[in-house]
Amino acid sequence: MEAVKENLQTEEFWVNMGPQHPSTHGVLYLEVKLSGETVVDLITHIGYLHRGMEKIAENRTYTQFIPFTDRLDYIASMGNNLGYVLAVEKLMKTEVNDRAKYIRVIIAELQRVASHLVGITTFAQDLGAFATPLFYGFREREKIVELFDEICGNRLTYNYMRIGGLQFDLPKGADEKIRAIVKYMRPKIDDLESLFSSNVIFTARTKGVGVLTKEKAINYSVTGPNLRASGVKWDLRKDEPYLCYDRFNFDIPTGANGDSWDRYKVRIEEMRQSLRIVEQAIGGLPDGDPTVKIGRIIKPEAGASYMRTEAPRGELGFYIVSDGSAYPYRMKIRSPSFSNLAVLSELSKGIKVADVVCVLGSLDIVMGDIDR
Amino acid sequence: MAVDAPEKQVEIQKEALLEAARRLFSEGFDNLHCVTAVDKNDSIELVYIFYSMGSRACTILKTRLALNDLAVESLANIWRSADWLEREVYDLFGVKFLNHPNLKRILNPDDWDVHPLRKSFERPDIVKKTRY
Amino acid sequence: MVSILTFIVMIVVGAVVLGFIAVSAMFLIWWERKVSAHIQTRYGPMRVGWHGVLQSVADVVKLLLKENITPEGVDKPVWWLAPFFAVVPSVMVFVCIPFGNLFGINLIARDLNIGILYIMALTSICVLGIFMAGWGSNNKYSLLGGMRSAAQIVSYEVPLIISMVTAAMFAGTLSMQKIVEAQKGMWFVFQPNMALAFVIFVISATAEINRTPFDIPEAESELVAGFHTEYSGMKFAMFFLGEYTNLFIVSALAATLFLGGWQGPFLSPVLWFLIKTYGIITVLMWVRWTFPRVRVDQLMGFAWKVLTPIAFANLVVAGWVLLR
Repeated sequence: MEAVKENLQTEEFWVNMGPQHPSTHGVLYLEVKLSGETVVDLITHIGYLHRGMEKIAENRTYTQFIPFTDRLDYIASMGNNLGYVLAVEKLMKTEVNDRAKYIRVIIAELQRVASHLVGITTFAQDLGAFATPLFYGFREREKIVELFDEICGNRLTYNYMRIGGLQFDLPKGADEKIRAIVKYMRPKIDDLESLFSSNVIFTARTKGVGVLTKEKAINYSVTGPNLRASGVKWDLRKDEPYLCYDRFNFDIPTGANGDSWDRYKVRIEEMRQSLRIVEQAIGGLPDGDPTVKIGRIIKPEAGASYMRTEAPRGELGFYIVSDGSAYPYRMKIRSPSFSNLAVLSELSKGIKVADVVCVLGSLDIVMGDIDR
Repeated sequence: MAVDAPEKQVEIQKEALLEAARRLFSEGFDNLHCVTAVDKNDSIELVYIFYSMGSRACTILKTRLALNDLAVESLANIWRSADWLEREVYDLFGVKFLNHPNLKRILNPDDWDVHPLRKSFERPDIVKKTRY
Repeated sequence: MVSILTFIVMIVVGAVVLGFIAVSAMFLIWWERKVSAHIQTRYGPMRVGWHGVLQSVADVVKLLLKENITPEGVDKPVWWLAPFFAVVPSVMVFVCIPFGNLFGINLIARDLNIGILYIMALTSICVLGIFMAGWGSNNKYSLLGGMRSAAQIVSYEVPLIISMVTAAMFAGTLSMQKIVEAQKGMWFVFQPNMALAFVIFVISATAEINRTPFDIPEAESELVAGFHTEYSGMKFAMFFLGEYTNLFIVSALAATLFLGGWQGPFLSPVLWFLIKTYGIITVLMWVRWTFPRVRVDQLMGFAWKVLTPIAFANLVVAGWVLLR
């Protein structure tokens, strides 16, 4: 065998995955160095979707920037809306009333379900289950998207949250519809789980693949479901509760090994917990007027604040510096996918090229969030 | 409003940054959550936001760099998350991070020589602000 | 001495077979789109003809009218020959597939007495076409796809052939027609040995024709489209034709070797043959649109560590059963 190895000339070669590639979730460019089928090195190139959001923010009033946040993580626009308005509200030291808080929680949690549905099913698509899970996921997501359409008039980029409240109150009959969605969604999540979890091939492809240890996850500042899958019980909704998350009962699912399977499993469980929160919130929805009471032009006093929220993909942070004018002096968007993607190169070394796709899918990134 | 972690803001000299960072790391601030910069016109202010998973504390380190000396020690060898975050600051502000493992532009093309988030960056298509 | 009449009959049979292959492939493409659509809560093609039955015709017309693009840097002779290598062997297999019995005439182009051997030999040639396409494209994705394909098909050939041999042992002949006749009383699949062989056959056949869950040569998520990334127009259509012809062939073989071929009560034998074949095809489609893809090392491991030993053990037990 040794003699054969000496005589056979082998060489490592580079393969470019992307920027246009079926499974890079947008315009991501991976340079993969392969030795046969095994990945020796992986270099991540980003920036193909860089729109200069942070510079745009400096030239827009605080309210004008809300629609731009929709375009960050476009799978979970409501989460970005919420993170942004909370950051500005923290800078202004104002607070919204209870009804607005409850509606925000309901919307954010439904958005989390919708986002995880897309995340899990595109992950399955990356593993080669061509389109079938994706269609199921989108059918379920459609219910939530339709509800959001009814609430705010948009299906993808919602622009619904406002600084100091919401654009509109819930329309008549919306609470009945939300209850119906929760009731509809529960068995569908079970269905989806049984489609994957009892599938031998899915299990074989994900278990033990792309193991992210606890220490590494924290050191890389990986957040969200990916962090929890590594066994860290950390969720801002519990650990630094914002809005009124401290009034609801829910659990934080965690994984044991930090492999792709755990990341998938955590997302499935998180959807169930989100539905629990929605159910409690809709049950205790207080009266009041959640619409905006402060004007459209906001001038927070000079200073800086950092606010992070638990968006579906991880911790979304806004660092806003104000100089007392109607425009932010500087806004840094610390997006969850950015830090989550940084770990890919580390996880990919030594695994098979097919598993790169698996790990990437399980990290559940959105390029709009990364490039900003 | 949000129940925040106890937040501590410390402003330090840039020479002391690495030392301070090492101390923070040993004190259990295991998560370097965000690295960013603010252009203060006469200087550039670097902002490091640390969190501790154990004690749920938050520390914000700030340091100022003079415009003619935009270089500071990299923290990427202590927190790997600093790798990309510092590259972003380098890309958008032109701050050089010494001893960084791979200091290249991350979002913008490698052959570009301006740093768009500086206040001095001007382009005709940037929307003019209305005075309110 | 071949008389003129025999010659004409052969030509006619050949034309009929070729026509059948083309129509069957077109039907299968439409059927696959419909099956996948209904699995995925969609309708699939609905516009061209009743429920889109003419969709494939429209597609063929489109492909015929497309420009014939030869990328720069391809290894021209190899690249041009590859689609033919992918299609011609599959067409040749039709020579000894027994389609049934119409008015006392056996519908088989040539009942070779070494039928199974002939089929095994030809199906192995198909890999050449795929490998040539991968090599000639001068593209890393294609090359990886071609390499994977070669490795995969060679590996799965072993359990595939052993399970076919089991059928031949039970029938005591290599002629396809005689194998069908040997199942007059009872289909082979109802014997425990043969049932196992049938399962092994279907699994390895799925791998042999590169369908999910074993479609790693063209694994879309990592290799774009694998070996046919660079092909377009009619040359791409040739690969497509080859793929669906192969799908028909393995299903027809499964029906013939294990499910009694064209034999069945009441209905005409041709109808029975088609029902069984398309039944198996539909099951394969169902599998395709449900399962994710296995990884290349898992695929190899499964072939050599699981399927091949079981197939061999099954062969030995079958021999013991027959000699008892």
